[in-house]
Amino acid sequence: MIATLVLAPLVCGLAGLLLPMRNRPLGAGLGIAGAAVSLVLTVLLLAVGTRGQFSSTWARFGDLGVTLTALVDTRALLMSLAVTVVALCVQVYSVGYLAGDGRYGPYAAQISIFTGAMLTVVFSGDLISLLIGWEVMGACSYLLIAHDRTLPEAPAAAVKAFLVTRVGDVGFLLGIVLLGVTAGSFRITDVLAAVPSMSGATVTAAALLLLAGVAGKSAQFPLHTWLPDAMAGPTPISALIHAATMVAAGVYVVARLFPVFAASPTALAVMAAMAGVTLLLGALAATAADDIKRVLAWSTVSQLGYMMAALSAKAVDAALFHLLAHAAFKALLFLCAGSVIHAVGSNLMSRMGGLRKDMPVTFWTMTIGLGALIGLPPFTGFFSKEAVVGALHTQPALWLVALLGVALTAWYSTRLWLLTFFGPARDASVHGHEPGWTMLAPLLLLAVPAAGLGIGALVADYELAHLGVELVLPLALAVLGVAAAWWGWRRADSGDPAAVLGKAGPFLASGLGLDTVQDRLVVRPVRALSRAVTFVDVSGVDGAVNGLGRATTGAGAGLAAWHRATLPRALAGVLIGAVLVTVTAVVFA
Amino acid sequence: MNTSALLLAGSLAVPLLGAIAALLVRGRAGTVVASTAAVLTLLLTVPLILDRGIARPVGRSSALWHEVDWAWVPDLHLNLHLGVDGISYPLVVLTALLTVLCCGYLVWQRPERAHQLAALLLVIEVGILGTFLAQNLVLFFLAFEVVLLPMAAVIAGWGGPARRAAALKFALYTLAGSVLLLIGVVAVVTQTGTADIGVLTADSGRLSHDAQLWIFGLFAVAFAIKSPLWPLHTWLPDAHTEAPTVGSVILAGVLLKMGTYGLIRVGVGITPEGAAAFAPALGVLAVAAIIIGSLVCLSQVEVKRLIAYSSVGHMGFVLLGIATLNEIGLQAALIGNIAHGLLTGLLFFLAGAIKDRAHTGLLADLGGLRERQPWLAGVLGFAALGSLGLPGLAGFWGEAFAVVAAVRRDGTLWTVLAVLAAIGGALTAAYLLRLLRRVSHGPQAATLVGAPEARLPELVAWSPLVALALLLGVLPMLVLGLSAGAVAALTTGPMTP
Repeated sequence: MIATLVLAPLVCGLAGLLLPMRNRPLGAGLGIAGAAVSLVLTVLLLAVGTRGQFSSTWARFGDLGVTLTALVDTRALLMSLAVTVVALCVQVYSVGYLAGDGRYGPYAAQISIFTGAMLTVVFSGDLISLLIGWEVMGACSYLLIAHDRTLPEAPAAAVKAFLVTRVGDVGFLLGIVLLGVTAGSFRITDVLAAVPSMSGATVTAAALLLLAGVAGKSAQFPLHTWLPDAMAGPTPISALIHAATMVAAGVYVVARLFPVFAASPTALAVMAAMAGVTLLLGALAATAADDIKRVLAWSTVSQLGYMMAALSAKAVDAALFHLLAHAAFKALLFLCAGSVIHAVGSNLMSRMGGLRKDMPVTFWTMTIGLGALIGLPPFTGFFSKEAVVGALHTQPALWLVALLGVALTAWYSTRLWLLTFFGPARDASVHGHEPGWTMLAPLLLLAVPAAGLGIGALVADYELAHLGVELVLPLALAVLGVAAAWWGWRRADSGDPAAVLGKAGPFLASGLGLDTVQDRLVVRPVRALSRAVTFVDVSGVDGAVNGLGRATTGAGAGLAAWHRATLPRALAGVLIGAVLVTVTAVVFA
Repeated sequence: MNTSALLLAGSLAVPLLGAIAALLVRGRAGTVVASTAAVLTLLLTVPLILDRGIARPVGRSSALWHEVDWAWVPDLHLNLHLGVDGISYPLVVLTALLTVLCCGYLVWQRPERAHQLAALLLVIEVGILGTFLAQNLVLFFLAFEVVLLPMAAVIAGWGGPARRAAALKFALYTLAGSVLLLIGVVAVVTQTGTADIGVLTADSGRLSHDAQLWIFGLFAVAFAIKSPLWPLHTWLPDAHTEAPTVGSVILAGVLLKMGTYGLIRVGVGITPEGAAAFAPALGVLAVAAIIIGSLVCLSQVEVKRLIAYSSVGHMGFVLLGIATLNEIGLQAALIGNIAHGLLTGLLFFLAGAIKDRAHTGLLADLGGLRERQPWLAGVLGFAALGSLGLPGLAGFWGEAFAVVAAVRRDGTLWTVLAVLAAIGGALTAAYLLRLLRRVSHGPQAATLVGAPEARLPELVAWSPLVALALLLGVLPMLVLGLSAGAVAALTTGPMTP
């Protein structure tokens, strides 16, 4: 059953790639079917209570085996539920959102392959198969970011997304190899069992190497730069891959391999620092962006920082609780943003405004999503973010940063809400209208967990969802952020609260200039090195070969010319030779 | 004559007779005859996997599945001694398959004097299959040499504008390697009195330690030129850039593998102590090839030259696997060989298709392939993703487990090599994505306006490569399972570090 769960979308995806590209109904049908089968099977497995490890040999390299192992536990199944629900919503939503697209078949197929790859990561009980799912996700992300052929920046964004994560994956691969070789097996249960017997240096090295891959995938500083650019992909892709699932895979993998990280205080300290910087960086960059999708993307960076912060404080369940909550409300937010973009024809908030009346469903569902993002009760984010912040009490610095982040999150979320739905319409040519049912149904469906998952957890008496006095401080900060944004919105002539940022605005919106840093420190040196090496290879190595060839030809020609001697010189040569031979014979005789 | 003899001798005789027949028949019919011979050869090689017998390895020498041994020129220790085992079988089938695809491609593409080109491809096939099947060292050398001149003729006769210089460089450079190989072969045969590769491998003590050192040195240089190993690689970019599509496919797909195969079968097999002594140097050069090959690729401006240089990097992974001299590394090298043959063969087919359409290979003049040729662009995307080692496709296993093998070797040097190789993997992604961005993405280039989409015969030629790259990615044991026993036997004994 677990194999069918993972394989269904993969098979649908591979089949979809072979379809004629313009066959929309079949393409969409295959995509929806794949996600639906996985969703139904996930629900079934959750209901039946199937847990455990299912393993069989896959490949052998000498004494080192690679297994096909499924490790099914409640965490994996909940993650799978989130993945399949969002994937199904996105497949349905795309039918309406990409109504005029001439290449729907490959698009839907790539989403299916992505879904299968993500499920591989979720259930994988072997590091090698986990790596496979991990990389295939990245490849699908690359393909889907580049899908829109009308956007000139899309191909560059796709390449950037793939390469930045691939840099992290150098570490991820080495970390896996180190763990596998040291443990003598790539199976996760074997590796975790071997961790206590490994030397401290090995564990720390492995944990830090894995962390590099996690930072790439989960957009953590300094490998976060690809995520805002990835918004060049179609909005449903941003919802599925770049908000709800793939970027959360890093957090999930750290949770899955947590004993490795827990055994290394150094790795946890690095993780904490990384999380703190990322959390604040994302929130600050989100305050000034004009592109609605970039605001949400930076907010994703920031929220992933919260999850990593929880992990660094060993609060694994809090991190995963926030991961699931975030999957629900961030997917919802992106799909709402897609609905707005669909109506307005632009990503820029400076062209939006006053859409509340014309788009009531989008308005209310997005309000729920933003409420959850800010962490307002009774929405899901309130409980999950509190669980994270509460877990950070042991680390005062990180705790303060997280609290600051709460206020910033409230501020930029409110700004987005006000700029989009309130005030006068900034562009008279824009007529807001609700999209068709294929786009509205996913909004309504996702609004349910975004609004109610936390309450549900509270009712179910889940220990992480609770009410208490310690909730007052984050809540007060959130309210402060909302109020400040509202105040700024009322005061600013442009109607944009970001006016208060002044000249810092563009700098913040550019992601604190880190793209430039990356360009100067990495991209340009590699290019220069490439040119230099090519020069050496062509003129040095090949030049030596060609030079040898020319020298040989030249020597041959010289020798030939010398042989074409006139008779007297030839006679003289023979005589000299004879004399030399005689002298030699006499001397050595 | 028993079945083994029929299959083994037949897989050399059929392409040879096919080549002669193609030259006699001439014209399109000649190309069809050649293709038929290629198909027959494939049909003869595939069943070699059946009825494998239950022989166990003799010492380090693997048990041959099928074997035939006829005396030929006893004074030269030259026997027609052929055999196949798990190390050679995948390469044999790959060779036969690529030859079928190339001959079929010629039937469709109809270049000038296609029947001659097809005949040359069949002669090359005889040489390559002979190299992979030879169990006699002198025969191995002869087969190794048979390939050289026909390949140079393919480049010189059907190549691009600078074909003569490229063919000459290819011929002279690889001939230089052959001289060293000859000296090595002669040295082994005179010192031990036998040319039986199996006997020499089973009892490598027949050669003294010192003899093994210098003989392996000769072998290593000869095979390094063929593979090619940096810095002995510079014949390759010129040869590939000028060679016709089918020439590049055979060259990258299987001809380079003669080098790595020779290094495993002859170098590691017959002179294991030499291999152990030279392993660190080989590893360093292999990693240098990975890094330098990738960096050079990043600034290439021509599509075939770029793919040619990418072979330097990819074969670097294969050579790194061999250099580790452990089971993991040799297995990684073997599957890496096959994966590179499939994916680079496919990439050269695609590069040829693009050049045929755009009449240029310059990246600056290409672009927007996916606008009007989505299938062509799609297959190119697949090949590029496979070539950058995407897990789930064939290329992953060889590259990832070469790194595993290096980490397993332990010690600072090998750890550093593993890290550098992994970084090389990221660079590989960089240049292949650059290639896709230049060729597939962006606005449609003027050179591609009105160019046709991938045609059915082309898709037929490419689809087996696509399917096998995916199949091997999902089921690596198809190759690993075959070679496991032979590799385990080979890595025991005097070589163990």
